[in-house]
Amino acid sequence: MSDRILTVEGLEVSLPVPSGTLNAVQGVSFHVDRGETVCIVGESGCGKSLTALAIMDLLPRRARRVARTLTLLGDPLIGVPETKMADLRGNRMGMIFQEPMTSLNPAYTIGNQLEEALLRHRKVPRAKARERAVHLLERVGITAAGQRLRQYPHQLSGGLRQRVMIAMALMTGPDLIIADEPTTALDVTIQAQILHLLAELQREFHMGLVLITHDLGVVARIATRVVVMYAGQVVETGTAAEVFGAPRHPYTRGLLDCIPIPGKTKRGEHLGTIPGMVPSLVGQMEGCHFAGRCNYVIDECRAAPIPLVSAPGRGHAVRCIRADELSRQPAAAEEGAA
Amino acid sequence: MSTTTAMRPEPKTATLSAPPMLEAIDVTRMFMVSQGFMRAKKPLHAVNGVNLSIRQGEVVGLVGESGCGKTTLARMLLGLMPPSSGSLKIDGQPLTGMRRRDVARLVQPVFQDPYSSLNPRKSVGSIIGLPLRVQGGVGSEEEKKRVHEMMELVGLARRLFDNYPSQLSGGQRQRVAIARALINRPRMVICDEPTSALDVSVQSQILNLLQDLRRDLGLTYLLISHNLAVVEHMADRVAVMYLGRIVEQTDTDTLFRNPRHPYTEALLKSVLTPEPGLGVPDTQLGATYPNPLDMPTGCRFHPRCARRFGPCDRIVPRPLTSAAGMVECHLYDDDVKKDAAA
Repeated sequence: MSDRILTVEGLEVSLPVPSGTLNAVQGVSFHVDRGETVCIVGESGCGKSLTALAIMDLLPRRARRVARTLTLLGDPLIGVPETKMADLRGNRMGMIFQEPMTSLNPAYTIGNQLEEALLRHRKVPRAKARERAVHLLERVGITAAGQRLRQYPHQLSGGLRQRVMIAMALMTGPDLIIADEPTTALDVTIQAQILHLLAELQREFHMGLVLITHDLGVVARIATRVVVMYAGQVVETGTAAEVFGAPRHPYTRGLLDCIPIPGKTKRGEHLGTIPGMVPSLVGQMEGCHFAGRCNYVIDECRAAPIPLVSAPGRGHAVRCIRADELSRQPAAAEEGAA
Repeated sequence: MSTTTAMRPEPKTATLSAPPMLEAIDVTRMFMVSQGFMRAKKPLHAVNGVNLSIRQGEVVGLVGESGCGKTTLARMLLGLMPPSSGSLKIDGQPLTGMRRRDVARLVQPVFQDPYSSLNPRKSVGSIIGLPLRVQGGVGSEEEKKRVHEMMELVGLARRLFDNYPSQLSGGQRQRVAIARALINRPRMVICDEPTSALDVSVQSQILNLLQDLRRDLGLTYLLISHNLAVVEHMADRVAVMYLGRIVEQTDTDTLFRNPRHPYTEALLKSVLTPEPGLGVPDTQLGATYPNPLDMPTGCRFHPRCARRFGPCDRIVPRPLTSAAGMVECHLYDDDVKKDAAA
């Protein structure tokens, strides 16, 4: 089991809000093996970013975090003192955030910020740290790396800043990279380049990669396994081929129908929609969280909590009691219902 | 929701003979950019000789990376900023010299971020009705009636009339922005990244709504977007912009089936559709976007181009128009290729 990098079981995150308790993440489980890219996908408010922050213990102070298991290479990430946690975070996890402008410190040079992690966590001499910084900047495709070290974040374009962030995440040679919407703020051409680079580095350094995104196109292209979240829960999980090739949850199917695909969706025709809105996660919710927006809802859906059940095939699991019955129905029935 | 009703008959697509709704002829916009204290300002050509004609009833998509001049062009087309040179015509009349209010009657914007483009201190009803009050001649009873009609048209519940933007979801806010744009019955709407800030399930609702409104009200759209899948779904024709110039312009099917400019090719390659197994494409574009203050010589795209040859860094490509549309690239210029071979 030395290949298991991250294990998350029964992760719960709740936040006190004026009207009660917001149960933002409700029993999320997944794991990441060495060399795997696991994508957590969902729309705003589904709990995907809080899941990432919870893994790294970077939640807002008022948030409460509970899990049956939360381990990185067998070491617990929960209930450990902050100094130990900072050590784990710095040495074995790398983070890449959405907005490289806000996550880089504008007052320090790129070089300072790149070297900091190594100086702090590995106690190496500055020259050694600098050497690694130059090496990694070159590796992520930045030319004249030596000069770039003396530049400040505002002197770089968005794409270059994101490359710096990636180099920074790699400085300590981590086992796991957690990237939260790493390409959302970038142009499409740059997005493709950055994803290409991430996939390449992930293979080269043989790391686990957790990629959080709302973009199903990104997920389909880069994921080994996919975790689809809705309203705080995992509603479907499996390989990219399983989830995109034969989606089983009505939410996953609905999402895929919403997306125009050149050459497939017809111009001028309506795209699929998911009626209604995401339910409030304040307080306890009975039954299926998607019931209020689902075209296939029946009384049983609302009666009791719906478990995540493995479907035939490798690890393809779905949280829907009608999944078997619905997956036998042709897709045409769905269009009529929408 | 009114936007999710069954399909209606195909819209009458704009015929080739329809008169132009909006025309840009050799339009340029220059900004003087400060280089720092006590240093001379430098000119930045945000839009550099753009020709674009949008026929009545047509949907034209405008695509390109950030900083290519899309938004500057849109601002000029809305009459919010005069061009440095060249001319703009709307519905056959020159835009320069027209009063702002008259331009607003004909063309209206819908912006990207429905969080920052709505006044947080005004109610929904007041926001949607503002253009009526600006144009004048409408009593408060009439205004209320028309706002209600408009809210129904864009699929907003009447009870939201007295709500404030902070009480609405992203999709509802974008519906408010669309209602505000349409209340004076403009002929044309310029949508600048109308769905970029929205979740995909909401994006599809807004795109469906825009399609319905176009059909029902006979609108003309300029759709600015970096999402090529959205443009492919919505537009009849696409213009690709790079560093201030339109480098390729043709009908949507031709462009997606047979992109000619290497930049268009790279853009199309970057579209990530949810189809597993295809992997992340290698666009073969270099990492560096050129500094617009220090434009590359010759073809502006040559430093990033995978197919560049002899004359690309020396000679500025000219627009080549054929049945396949317009393209600005030496690969399709027989005269330049002949000279290069000689």
